[in-house]
Amino acid sequence: MAAVESLPPGTPSAMRNAFGTVLSALILVLIGVLAFSIRLFSVIKYESVIHEFDPYFNYRVTQFLSKNGIYEFWNWFDDRTWYPLGRVIGGTVYPGLTLTAGTIWWVLNSINIPLSVETVCVFTAPVFSAFASWATYLLTKEVKGSGAGLAAAALLAMVPSYISRSVAGSYDNEAVAIFALIFTFYLYIKTLNTGSLFYATLNAIAYFYMVCSWGGYTFIINLIPMHVLLCIVTGRYSPRLYIAYAPLVVLGTLLAALVPVVGFNAVLTSEHFASFLVFIIIHVVALVYYIKGILTPKMFKVAVTLVVSIGLVVCLIVVAVLVALVASSPTGGWSGRSLSLLDPTYASKYIPIIASVSEHQPPTWPSYFMDINVLAFLVPAGIIACFSPLSDASSFVVLYIVMSVYFSGVMVRLMLVLAPAACIMSGIALSQAFDVFTGSIKYQLSSKSKDNAEDNTSTKNAPKDDASSGKTDKGEEVSKERSSKKGKKKEREPAEKLSVKSKIVKKKALVLPLEASIVALLLLIMLGAFYVIHCVWAAAEAYSAPSIVLTSQSHDGLHVFDDFRESYAWLSHNTDVDDKVASWWDYGYQTTAMANRTVIVDNNTWNNTHIATVGTAMSSPEKAAWEIFNSLDVKYVLVVFGGVIGYPSDDINKFLWMVRIGGGEFPHIKEADYLRDGQYRIDSEATPTMLNCLMYKLCYYRFVETDGKGYDRVRRTEIGKKYFKLTHFEEVFTSHHWMVRIYKLKPQKNRIRGRVKKLKQKTSSGVSSKSVKKNPWM
Amino acid sequence: MVKSTSKDAQDLFRSLHSAYSATPTNLKIIDLYVVFAVFTALIQVAYMALVGSFPFNSFLSGVLSCVGTAVLAVCLRIQVNKENKEFKHKTVVTNLRGIVAMFVIAV
Repeated sequence: MAAVESLPPGTPSAMRNAFGTVLSALILVLIGVLAFSIRLFSVIKYESVIHEFDPYFNYRVTQFLSKNGIYEFWNWFDDRTWYPLGRVIGGTVYPGLTLTAGTIWWVLNSINIPLSVETVCVFTAPVFSAFASWATYLLTKEVKGSGAGLAAAALLAMVPSYISRSVAGSYDNEAVAIFALIFTFYLYIKTLNTGSLFYATLNAIAYFYMVCSWGGYTFIINLIPMHVLLCIVTGRYSPRLYIAYAPLVVLGTLLAALVPVVGFNAVLTSEHFASFLVFIIIHVVALVYYIKGILTPKMFKVAVTLVVSIGLVVCLIVVAVLVALVASSPTGGWSGRSLSLLDPTYASKYIPIIASVSEHQPPTWPSYFMDINVLAFLVPAGIIACFSPLSDASSFVVLYIVMSVYFSGVMVRLMLVLAPAACIMSGIALSQAFDVFTGSIKYQLSSKSKDNAEDNTSTKNAPKDDASSGKTDKGEEVSKERSSKKGKKKEREPAEKLSVKSKIVKKKALVLPLEASIVALLLLIMLGAFYVIHCVWAAAEAYSAPSIVLTSQSHDGLHVFDDFRESYAWLSHNTDVDDKVASWWDYGYQTTAMANRTVIVDNNTWNNTHIATVGTAMSSPEKAAWEIFNSLDVKYVLVVFGGVIGYPSDDINKFLWMVRIGGGEFPHIKEADYLRDGQYRIDSEATPTMLNCLMYKLCYYRFVETDGKGYDRVRRTEIGKKYFKLTHFEEVFTSHHWMVRIYKLKPQKNRIRGRVKKLKQKTSSGVSSKSVKKNPWM
Repeated sequence: MVKSTSKDAQDLFRSLHSAYSATPTNLKIIDLYVVFAVFTALIQVAYMALVGSFPFNSFLSGVLSCVGTAVLAVCLRIQVNKENKEFKHKTVVTNLRGIVAMFVIAV
């Protein structure tokens, strides 16, 4: 910018600068529009509806916030979930997303644009993805310059991994958290580059916003200390590093403790220890540099020996205390989720709930290519480009990408954190490549034209010499220059020639032949085109499904399966407001948000024992299950069944997880009882425990009436037990495609007839639920 | 051996002292403020060790804000120090604005 001010406004380079700024602003606006519109496929193909499970909870919280105001929200105790425990919403939710959407809604409504809360919630994610691509532009500009910034921003606007979590309708924490992440990193790098306290303040505020939004903020508070340590170790300590890091730690910890979810965890858990440790280290290093500056070298050596001898003793004491503190907690101070990131086998051994979430599984190789596509092989080129030259900022992005690649290998969900890093690297690589190629073309063309104009100037001699020696013989201009070299005159100004020659020699080293450059440019553009095609395809086909509405194409047109909303509507219209509904935890959020009924367990999965209780009930025979549900005041049980239409994520497929989680708390449920020879089956070869458990019965009750044979389209077999009656439950609702089935608990009989009479009469209930009797169907 | 190290230590302290007194007065004022802030924080830690950590919020906020002002004052010192080659273009006014803004937030 200084160059622009010092030149008079009419000069060509100032004009070019202004033109460049306007052009990049225009490109940025277009990138924002692109990021917004590529996420609108689900709204166009389906409708403006909230997707999946978690967004429904956020939507419900936002509704509450918009209706009751922030004070009520902050102190909200929700008694309609986790019955009878309830949930302290104010203290267990990351408020960033809901506060953001609530603020946007409030602002829009106060200027008389009457958007509903649902519309604001659905479109929050695309808007913030546009912001995120602008933040990527800013971050990459700090690292490598605005060309790389524009490339990175364009890549991030379209990268499928980010699209998957931020389509219109995916109203989840990551929608704003990724923007906050990139923006915080940008401000950190900006502070590092300029050393200004203003940006340090902004950095702390942006970090606070990140803490409000997502549990993944621990990534920031561990990555930045790691980078500081890296800079210190590689000898790049500078006062700017201190200014960038120290205020962030102190202010950031203070602000993080303000968020109720984090609270005292900000200073007590191991996730934050790294930041404090590096805080101490950077102070020590700063002190050392300061003393080194004011002392003579001899004195400094004395100081070092003195300090080292005393300091070592103090250090050992402190380390011993720390180790004792950390070892006193069973997980060493780490939370379960963080520990499963560090040791990927931890969750499967100790916390089956974390292991059962499909997003927490390690990704497969194809998913890398699906999610970041072309970037996967531009990233190494970008890493190399970052090393020439290596600055603080480029070492930071290299560290960022290495760490995110590791963590994305542990959990599929963290591919999302890899996406911005990959885009930055690829943007750098692309921009460098374009620089080299266009520079070569420009140079070749300019030297070709100069060749024809002036044959005799001294400046031509040097490039001609090097041109003929350095280049491979390809193309006519080489031979042209060779022939003209023969006709040149002797140099007149050796000094000028030398200085020009050295400059041109340096430029010559990077110049490639003209055809090669043009072909390479075309290939790069084609690469970009393939990337765009893949991203648009992924956004349209793979990541736009709202999963609350399913569609399928068949020979007679498009079928729409709206069973979920049908059953939630049935629940809200046909049951009492205070009735409790039990289902597997997947559907908890949707049930409270859409059906407005109290549920027993939901997606927050904070209480493993409660979930295990429900799991045990689903795995037990009818009478035992009825007892468990009755003790929880449950009135209705909801199961999801996909056997009629072939919907694979139904409760029968999830059933083994119910057994495992239930068995983790209640040892009488053993997984082996439900498997025949280690195989999970529901056909005639299934174990009697399996055929008698509640889940089987509730899913397959009257199933044989659909096609006469009881053929389950998902498991691809006929079911084992086809004709049976329910003794303790009665069916009250089955949705149109049999996807959701709701059962009511039968009230207890007023009197229990005598045992003898019951045995004699063989009541119409058919199969007895007493497990003592031999099962007549085996 | 001990005598030489103690003599070395005395030499060290003397040279430190002489070098430090050469720093300009405004920097020394900032240093005094940093020492005061750290001292306040240490008093709070000692109080917590004696009386117990309830309520933890107040302990945390007290200690962190003291450490915070200390850190920010050090940053100010870094930027104002004329010997520091990297910050020739910064003026005191800009930094004070940053510090005041951060004080408000830190509280």
